Amino acid sequence: MSNAPSTRLSPADARHLLGRTGFMPSPAETASWVGLSRETAVDRLLGDALRSQAGKAPPSFVGEPIRPPLRAQADVEARKEVLRQLRADTVALAAWWLQQMRETPTPLAERMTLFWHNHFATSVQKVRQAQGMYLQHELLRRHALGSFRELLHGMARDPAMLVYLDGAANRAQAPNENFAREVMELFTLGEGQYTEQDIREAARAFSGWAVDRETWTARFRPRQHDGGEKTLLGRRGRFDAVDALDVMLDQPAAPRFIVGKLWREFVSPAPDAGAVDGIAQRLRSSGWRIDVALRELLLGAAFWAPANRAVLIKSPVELAVGTLRQFEIQLDSAVPLVGITARQGQMLFSPPNVKGWPGYTDWITSTTLLDRKRFTERLFRAVEQPRMEMMQGAAATLGVRFDAEQWLKPLGAWPDREPDAAARDKLVEAVLATAPVHPVPAGTVGLSYLRALGLDPAFQLK
Amino acid sequence: MDRRQLLSLGGLAFPALGWAQTAASAAGRVLVLVELKGGNDGLNTVVPYAHPAYAQLRPSLALKADELLRLDGALGLHPSLAPLVPLWEKRELAVLLGLGYPQPNLSHFRSIEIWDTASRATEYLDEGWVARAMSAGLRDAARFTAEGVAIGSASLGALSGANAVSLNNPEAFVNQARLVRPAQAQGNAALAHVLRVESGVLQAAEGLRGQGAVSMATEFPAHAFGQAVRATCQIVAGQKGKGGVPVFHLTHGSFDTHRAQLGTHANLLKQLAEGLAALKAGLVEAGAWERTLVVTYSEFGRRARQNQSGGTDHGTAAPHFVLGGAVRGGTVIGTMPDLDRLDGSQNLVHTADFRQLYATIARRWWGVNPEPVVRGQFDLLPFLDV
Repeated sequence: MSNAPSTRLSPADARHLLGRTGFMPSPAETASWVGLSRETAVDRLLGDALRSQAGKAPPSFVGEPIRPPLRAQADVEARKEVLRQLRADTVALAAWWLQQMRETPTPLAERMTLFWHNHFATSVQKVRQAQGMYLQHELLRRHALGSFRELLHGMARDPAMLVYLDGAANRAQAPNENFAREVMELFTLGEGQYTEQDIREAARAFSGWAVDRETWTARFRPRQHDGGEKTLLGRRGRFDAVDALDVMLDQPAAPRFIVGKLWREFVSPAPDAGAVDGIAQRLRSSGWRIDVALRELLLGAAFWAPANRAVLIKSPVELAVGTLRQFEIQLDSAVPLVGITARQGQMLFSPPNVKGWPGYTDWITSTTLLDRKRFTERLFRAVEQPRMEMMQGAAATLGVRFDAEQWLKPLGAWPDREPDAAARDKLVEAVLATAPVHPVPAGTVGLSYLRALGLDPAFQLK
Repeated sequence: MDRRQLLSLGGLAFPALGWAQTAASAAGRVLVLVELKGGNDGLNTVVPYAHPAYAQLRPSLALKADELLRLDGALGLHPSLAPLVPLWEKRELAVLLGLGYPQPNLSHFRSIEIWDTASRATEYLDEGWVARAMSAGLRDAARFTAEGVAIGSASLGALSGANAVSLNNPEAFVNQARLVRPAQAQGNAALAHVLRVESGVLQAAEGLRGQGAVSMATEFPAHAFGQAVRATCQIVAGQKGKGGVPVFHLTHGSFDTHRAQLGTHANLLKQLAEGLAALKAGLVEAGAWERTLVVTYSEFGRRARQNQSGGTDHGTAAPHFVLGGAVRGGTVIGTMPDLDRLDGSQNLVHTADFRQLYATIARRWWGVNPEPVVRGQFDLLPFLDV
C-alpha cells in the first residue's frame, strides 16, 4: 500500500502532515517532503523526533542552585523580589521554548512536549518555582514520544506536580484528594470511569510523598504513607502510588482516553470510536509506546481524509511560531512572543487550570480572535515597511526580518507586483489550509496580498 | 427561613414603592453573573456559626463567631465581606442558601458545565442557559448590542450559544474590530465558529462605538475583578439609547483551596466584596442599578470537613448572593443544609436547586417562560421585587 502512487505526498498532503505534526511549514520545507510515501514520511517524522534534542541552551538560571521558596523569605520586600525573579525566570523559560520551536529541525518533538504540558497541565502560578517547571519540562521532553507509562509514573513524583495538585500535602493522617481525582479524570481515564470511593482509595495509595524544597526533590516518607488495604477500580491490595497508577492503566478506558486525546490534537475534533479502539490496543500491547500510537494515527485513513483537513484551529503558540516558520521570518528574541501568546490565551508554563487549555473552538473568542489578527497584521506591516516601522518602533519590538523576494520568488511572485493567476494559487496553498473566505481585491500587490491572506478567517485553521 | 417575611409580620419592612412605575422593561434589564471559579467554600462564606458541628468539622478553618458579620442568630458573613454590609442594610442583598443539584458531580469541569447549561447531572447540553432564554423570547424583546458580554475570561460559560462576545476593554475592542470583515457563515464547524465570532464582533462593535467617551467618577479596585467591574459599568453607562447588553459574565478566583485556605479565601472574598460594592456605585452613577440583578455562582461548594492541609476538598451545595436595586434584600432565603446529615461523600445535601434561581430570573426578570430555559418545572425563589 505504501508504494501505491496515490499515497505519495502531494504538496497539499505534505503541508497537511507538517502543519498538523509541527508548526506551519514554509514552501521550501514542504517541497522536501513531496513525493515521499506516507509511511516513509511518517517514519522519518517519528524517527527525527525520537532522536531530537533541545538545540538551544536553556536559560542559565535552570542550572543555578534551587531558589529559596517564597515562604522562607523574611519580609515583604524579600518576598516581592522572589516573585519578581519568578516572573522573569518564567518569561525567560517560555521565550527559550518558543525560540526552540521556531528553530527546531524536529517540530514534532516540540509539539508532543507541548501536548503533554497541556495533558499534565501544571502552572507556575501555584508551583512558584521556575526551575521546577524546567525540570518537569525535561521530563515531558524525555518521554514525549516514549512510554506513556513511564511518563505517568514520572509525573506522579515530579516535584512541580506534587506541589501543583497538593500531592505533597497528602499524608495518611491528612488525606488530600486533589491529585487522586485529577489523575483519573484528566490524566488516565476520563470523567465517569471511576467513583468518589475510588478517589478516596487512590488518595490513600498516593499518600506519603513530599517535596524537599531545598533540593527540589520528591521524597517518599513511609511513615506518612497509608499502607493499609485499598479497593481501587474493583481491585484489592496494599496499593502504593506505583500500584495505583498501574491499576488505572489496566483499565480499558485508559488507552482509549489517551488515543482520543491524540486524535483531537492531530486528526479531528470527533474521534472515530472504532479506529480509536484499534489504536488503543496497539498502544497497550506495545507497552504504552506513544510513537507507536502516533504512527497508527498518522497512517490511518482519517488523518488523510479530505473531510478532516482544515478542521482544527491553531493554538496561539502554533499561530505565532507557525507564522514565523511559514514565512521564514527571523526574530531577534522570542520574548515578545511570550506576551503575544499569553494575550491570546496560552501562556506557557501557566495553563488556566489542571485541565489545560481547552483548545479547538475555545481558542477563538472575540478577544483572542482580535488579538490573533492584530498579531498577523502587525507582523506583515512590519515586514512590508521595515524602515518606516523601525522608526516607529513597531518592528523593533518584534525584531523581525523577512526576505520577501526570496520567499515569493519560487512561487512565481514578487514583493511589488500583483501575482498572476498561477502565483495566486500557489500563495493561497502556501499560506492557508483551505480556500480563503474573502477574495483578495484586485490590485493587491505581493506583500499586501500575504497580509490579506493572513487576516482571512481561514488563516486560523490548520 | 425568609427573614423578610418575619420582619414583615412585625411591620418593619417597607414595600419598594415607586419601583414598579420607573422600572425599565424586561429588555432594558441587566443581569450580571459573577462566577466564583474553582468552587467557593460556602460554609466559610455564609457561616452557620451557631451550629455546634461547624467548629467540629473545621478545627482550624472555623471562623470565630465574634469576627463574623452577623445576619441573624444562626448565620454570619465572612469578615472580608464587610463592603457588602451596606447593601444588606439597604435591603439590596439577599442570601440564597443551599444551592446545588441531585447527584452532584465533583469534577470542576463537568460541574460548571452543568451550571452553565442548566442540565441534569446526567445529560450533556451544548448551549448555555442564557442562550436558551434568548430563544425563549428574550431575543425578540430588543435588538441588543450583544446578547452577552464576558469580561476578562476566555470562556463564555452560560452565554455560550448566544450572540455574545468576550472583551477586556470596550474601547480597544471597538478599535480592533476594524480587522474583521462581514461574511456569511460557511465551511466546517471550526470555520463556522470563527465566522460566527467575527459576526458577533461586528455587531457588538457597532453598538459599543463611542464607549471611549464614557468616563466615570466611581473608583474601581485595581485588581482584575475590579477592572472587570469597571468595564461592565462603562458598557452599561454607554448603552443609553442603544440596544443594550442584557447579560454580563464576570469571573473571580480561583477558589480551589485544597490547602492553606484561610488567607487565600479571605483575600478572594475581600476582592469580591470590594468589586461588588464598586459595581453598585458604578451602576448607580450610570442610572442602572434599579434595573440590574447581580448573581454569584460556582461549580460547587467545598467539603464540610476541612482536610488536614488546612484546606477543603471538592464539595457540593453552597449559598449564593443576589444583589441589585430590585432585589428583595436583607433576607436569607431557603434552608441551610444540615451539617449533621451529610451525603455519602461527606458533603452537604442541597436544599434548593440552582435551576430554581435560573427559573426565577427567566420568569420574573425577563418575563420569558422558564421551562425551556431550565428544562423542567422548578419553584421560583422569592428574591425579586418585580
